[in-house]
Amino acid sequence: MTVAAVLTADGLPLKVKLRRVERARKIRATLLVLPLFLFIAVSFVAPIVVMLRNAVLDPKFSTIMPLTTEALEGWSGANLPDEAAFAALAADLKQAQTDKTTAFVGKRLNYDISGIRSKVIATGRKLEKLETGPYRDSLIAIDPIWGEVATWAAVERATHRVTSSYLLNAVDLEWNGAGDLVNTPVERAVYRAVFVRTMGIALSVTLITLVLGFPLAYLLAILPTRTANLLMILVLIPFWTSLLVRTTAWFVLLQDHGIVNDAIQFLHLSDHPLRLIFSRVGTIAAMTHIQLPFTLLPIYSVMKTISPSYVRAARSLGAGPYYAFWRIYFPQTVPGIAAGCLLTFILCLGYYITPALVGGPTDQMVSSLVALSINQENNWGKASALGAILLMATLVLYFVYNRLVGIEKMKLG
Amino acid sequence: MRLLASVSGLALTGVAALTLTMTIPAAAEESLTVVSWGGAYQESQREAYMTPFAKETGTKITEEEYNGEIAKIRAMVEAGNVTWDAVDVDTQTALAACAEGILETIDYAKIGVDRSKIIGGDIFDCAVPSILYSTIFAYDTDKLNPGPTTINDLFDTQKFPGKRALQKGPFINLEWALIADGVPAADLYKVLNTPEGVDRAFAKLDTIKKDVVWWDAGAQTPQLLADGEVIMGSTWNGRIFNAVKKEGKHFQIVWDAQAPDYDLWAIPKGTPRLDLAYKFLAFSTRADNQANQTKYISYGPANTDASALIDPAVLADLPSAPANMKTALTVDAGFWADKGEELRERFNAWLAQ
Repeated sequence: MTVAAVLTADGLPLKVKLRRVERARKIRATLLVLPLFLFIAVSFVAPIVVMLRNAVLDPKFSTIMPLTTEALEGWSGANLPDEAAFAALAADLKQAQTDKTTAFVGKRLNYDISGIRSKVIATGRKLEKLETGPYRDSLIAIDPIWGEVATWAAVERATHRVTSSYLLNAVDLEWNGAGDLVNTPVERAVYRAVFVRTMGIALSVTLITLVLGFPLAYLLAILPTRTANLLMILVLIPFWTSLLVRTTAWFVLLQDHGIVNDAIQFLHLSDHPLRLIFSRVGTIAAMTHIQLPFTLLPIYSVMKTISPSYVRAARSLGAGPYYAFWRIYFPQTVPGIAAGCLLTFILCLGYYITPALVGGPTDQMVSSLVALSINQENNWGKASALGAILLMATLVLYFVYNRLVGIEKMKLG
Repeated sequence: MRLLASVSGLALTGVAALTLTMTIPAAAEESLTVVSWGGAYQESQREAYMTPFAKETGTKITEEEYNGEIAKIRAMVEAGNVTWDAVDVDTQTALAACAEGILETIDYAKIGVDRSKIIGGDIFDCAVPSILYSTIFAYDTDKLNPGPTTINDLFDTQKFPGKRALQKGPFINLEWALIADGVPAADLYKVLNTPEGVDRAFAKLDTIKKDVVWWDAGAQTPQLLADGEVIMGSTWNGRIFNAVKKEGKHFQIVWDAQAPDYDLWAIPKGTPRLDLAYKFLAFSTRADNQANQTKYISYGPANTDASALIDPAVLADLPSAPANMKTALTVDAGFWADKGEELRERFNAWLAQ
């Protein structure tokens, strides 16, 4: 039995009209979101993709040393390569001397074998005078390092376009001469310790801001609106002040003869100035100060939505004040706490200016290593690898957090 | 709804128009970017070179600061977007950057001064020596009396307990560590060239590591001394001279084991304002201008003709004064050009541990 089609005012079947209206709404919604989506894609997703790419792609060496790349393709790695490889290396280095790219070759090999940079440059200079082969003996005569399998293993690794060296170096691992994965020597191994330190500092700051921020958020949520707003201004004005200004203010406060130390001396809590600046204490104090509003505001927003009638109901049923607070009020604030803590933790992982200004050398976080790699060593591969590892660690922690707390339970207000 | 749409459309076009106008390049006045080390040193260069040059030629000079990072020049040249026209470099950078081909090879005809008349002029192909400075350490006589007299005192925390300020890098710190450890100055680089020598230097630095405040910029040490944060600190001699003369501090330089070195002017390769940069370098190398700079900071001029024009009162403060040169080290720029990068890496790792 067919049902007569329902028609709309302009004669179209209802279903068709509904579909058209729905589609028009969807297109309008997409167009409204499109600018933001493009902005995020260009300014956020694209740079991260480029960074991840730089962490594993390294085509420059094979471009500068094409003959060597080709000659080493079938090399077994067990013994020294044959004369053809030596000849290819010599030809490539001679070309590099003309193009002034020998220094780059040395720098790239130096990532694997510390100290080889100057030898490569010296070899390049001496090769300019060498006209013909056989190159094997002459190269080994120029520098015995060319007679070592480990050196050729490093060269072979460098010729790969896709490399794991940067990622491995960023967690203190490296390939040794025999092709095994070993820990980097102690005097150069800082990365693991710094990653642990970064996580530790971020965690401490998160916990301290939570302990300080929760009571303050509760106070702001409970007080009558006018008083609460006035107090909120005291929270927001520092929040809106520039990060650099606040960090510099801490610098002035925490100096050996700054206000804090003078107060401590005055109260006779210590007879000599305490080391507050350039120390972990200073770093965490300044970071807590900056991160407090980030933890506090989500908690406050969630608390504002909790109706006071729940606690009153609990009290009226006989619960004591503490019991009512912990069993009725507190669980309702957990989404805000989760949001605030996650926000603070992830922001703290990427801190750069504050540890650089008020922290000592042993308080430097991953960001300062990234800055060193770029500014001093010009090693974009390692900087990208550090960034990639930090990103991965953050994502892993996020998923663990999700398991424990549940992201759908997070609220920002 | 329609009003909102039209208003937002107008706003968007307005913003687009604004951004377009801002990308139109500024008026075609000649402009040069000069980069140096900031603080009192750059001020002295401003007085002696930048301001007079700007007045004489009508060029607009934009100044920038850096702390000697060769990587910044490298990145600029590799990216093909050179914004720095004249850079004040140290000897390691002058040699290393030249080997890498990121500095212009200097055509001395355009400098207008005979190469033989410039101290160190024959050593550097890609840079023109400008001044002779020295790395020294100093203390505040108001706070330490009697103060340190030799480099061993820098490492002696028993005799002089308190914090020291050292440059955040291996340069000169490793040499001083070895000298304080008993290596004779003549064998310094022979020892430093070996892995055991480097280990020995770092071991000596380990003995004072927890008492050191590390500085990046030359202006930090005089500030730290004035604040009382450190009892002695290393820096470049001109910065202490400036603090004494201009700010009335009672700092005293210890000239023992001073490390004299050059600062040079270099032009990054590929700058579009090459001729203007050469004109600036020529102006800065002129004898009268170089002598003028000694009025503002106690660094010796590299142009030998300038020595005759220096005010005699300033001569005693220069690193090259005979009284100051007695135990001076000879810095091996070639060693640092070769090994600088890996020693810096090792130092950064040591520092973070």
